[in-house]
Amino acid sequence: MQLSKLDMDLLEAVADLKKVPQGALNIRLNGVPVMRHSSPNISVGPNQDGSGLLVEIKPGTKNETVHVPVMLTQAGLQEKVYNTFVVGENADATIVAGCGIHNDSHVESRHDGIHEIIVRAGARLRYAEKHYGEGNKTGKRVLNPTTVVTVEEGASAEMEMVQMKGVNDTLRSTVAHIHARGSLKIIERLLTQEDQKAESDITIYLEGPGASAQVLSRAVAQGDSYQLFKAALIGRDACQGHVECDAILMDNARIRSVPEIQAEDAEAVLTHEAAIGKIAGEQLIKLMSLGLGESEAIDTILEGFLR
Amino acid sequence: MLKLENIQMQVDDDSGEKFEILKRIDCQFEKGKVYAVTGPNGGGKSSIAKVIMGIYKQSQGHLYLDGEEISDLSISERANRGIGYAFQQPPRFKGLTIQNVLTIAAPNADLIKVRTSLRDVGLCPEDYLDRDLGAGLSGGEIKGIEMAQLLLRNPVISIFDEPEAGVDLWTIQKLLKLILSTYKGNPNKTAIVITHNENVIPVCDEILVIAGGMIDAKGTPEQVWKLIKDDIECKVRNQCQGEISYAIK
Ligand SMILES: Nc1ncnc2c1ncn2[C@@H]1O[C@H](COP(=O)(O)OP(=O)(O)O)[C@@H](O)[C@H]1O
Ligand SMILES: [Mg+2]
Repeated sequence: MQLSKLDMDLLEAVADLKKVPQGALNIRLNGVPVMRHSSPNISVGPNQDGSGLLVEIKPGTKNETVHVPVMLTQAGLQEKVYNTFVVGENADATIVAGCGIHNDSHVESRHDGIHEIIVRAGARLRYAEKHYGEGNKTGKRVLNPTTVVTVEEGASAEMEMVQMKGVNDTLRSTVAHIHARGSLKIIERLLTQEDQKAESDITIYLEGPGASAQVLSRAVAQGDSYQLFKAALIGRDACQGHVECDAILMDNARIRSVPEIQAEDAEAVLTHEAAIGKIAGEQLIKLMSLGLGESEAIDTILEGFLR
Repeated sequence: MLKLENIQMQVDDDSGEKFEILKRIDCQFEKGKVYAVTGPNGGGKSSIAKVIMGIYKQSQGHLYLDGEEISDLSISERANRGIGYAFQQPPRFKGLTIQNVLTIAAPNADLIKVRTSLRDVGLCPEDYLDRDLGAGLSGGEIKGIEMAQLLLRNPVISIFDEPEAGVDLWTIQKLLKLILSTYKGNPNKTAIVITHNENVIPVCDEILVIAGGMIDAKGTPEQVWKLIKDDIECKVRNQCQGEISYAIK
């Protein structure tokens, strides 16, 4: 199957792909898989009940990537998909997910993606997920990702979730269980504009000794948009966790940030930091004194902040 | 030539009253010269620099650059006309690397020049180019990077606001020498160095002493430096009280 120019542009926006990549892959377009292949170490196939994908990365696999982008270009399409990813023991792999919606109509398009990710003992996972929407009419572009991650003993996962433009409504829910000596880092970057709404709800259970978690959230809210960020760390053993959320507020936007830490073991070290503010006037002045115009200076600051 | 004519500047204090910071500043900065601006803390040195850069707006008076009035130009417009200012307390940025900022400061500079500008302020380019200009850098490092931007930009008028603050002894001597050799006698450029450094003030072409929002003394080092020294000595011996005054007008 050939992908159209529109499909390719969307693919680039969500997965930084200029062409269809080699290796393990599943491209889902308008509710159906249009391209799928496995590699010797990564099998990509339907899950048991046919509600989505099962991606299995063999134990010991080194430096491989699987791409599973989702695109919706058919106006009004609404779908719910269940995907499972298993990263085998001591494997080292990257999963590039991401969803792009092109909706130039007056009806709502929606993708609800439910991901279960299991990172087996000693494995290392990098997970990147970009969300993007485009279209000029009133039809909303809605993305509701749910992610459940298990990080087994001595394993590590780094997850980067980014939503930059064009998504009207999002409710992202992330739950993680981290076992002994496992570590998880979540980086979330969100930009909302106009009357968009974004809610992110992260809950991390640190279940074993030496488990660690770090959540870094950077948010920019412009126009009349609204963001709600909730992050809870629950420490059940001698563990370490830190939540940091930093937000820039512009125009008439609103941001609510609710960090929560809960310790059930005296050896748990949990901390949080949260700050919301406008663009620092000092930074603006500094960049203008280097010759940038005001709007150029604002863009530079926001770009850096969300990088 | 940059000319300040009867510059006054005021801010609103906490109770909403006007508070005068610069009272009446008349002076000019010529090409080919290095100016030392000194005087007690809170005297108004940085405020003058900020009025020149357009960061503070004068409540009265006029500024001229090469005969053209620039009093109403924005910060960016002044920057693009050739005015540059290295802040006394530079802000930090999250997510911008040192290379990013240096590239903004001088979009056309090649990497060799960018690297040289860092070496000039005592920082090794390999260690710093990719580092974030956010938390994690020391005050002295931030200050060095601030000056590297101005050196790289190399504008017609360069204002260095207390370059010595927080910068190590090895670097500051080298840097001050560089400023003097770059600007002294350069027919196209002017340097204004706000400083308390005893090695620099006497070797500049002209000294301005700013106190209480006014120019308290101005002239060549021969005319002004001895007065400053005497006054400091007098203060140390605790023989005189009150405002500094040099009686040169
Ligand atoms: N934005 C401002 N708001 C209120 N007061 C200010 C402001 N900027 C400067 N000042 C005051 O003006 C005086 C001169 O400040 P400044 O020019 O920074 O002095 P200097 O650089 O000579 O130490 C100080 O008393 C300072 O507190
Ligand atoms: Mg000052």
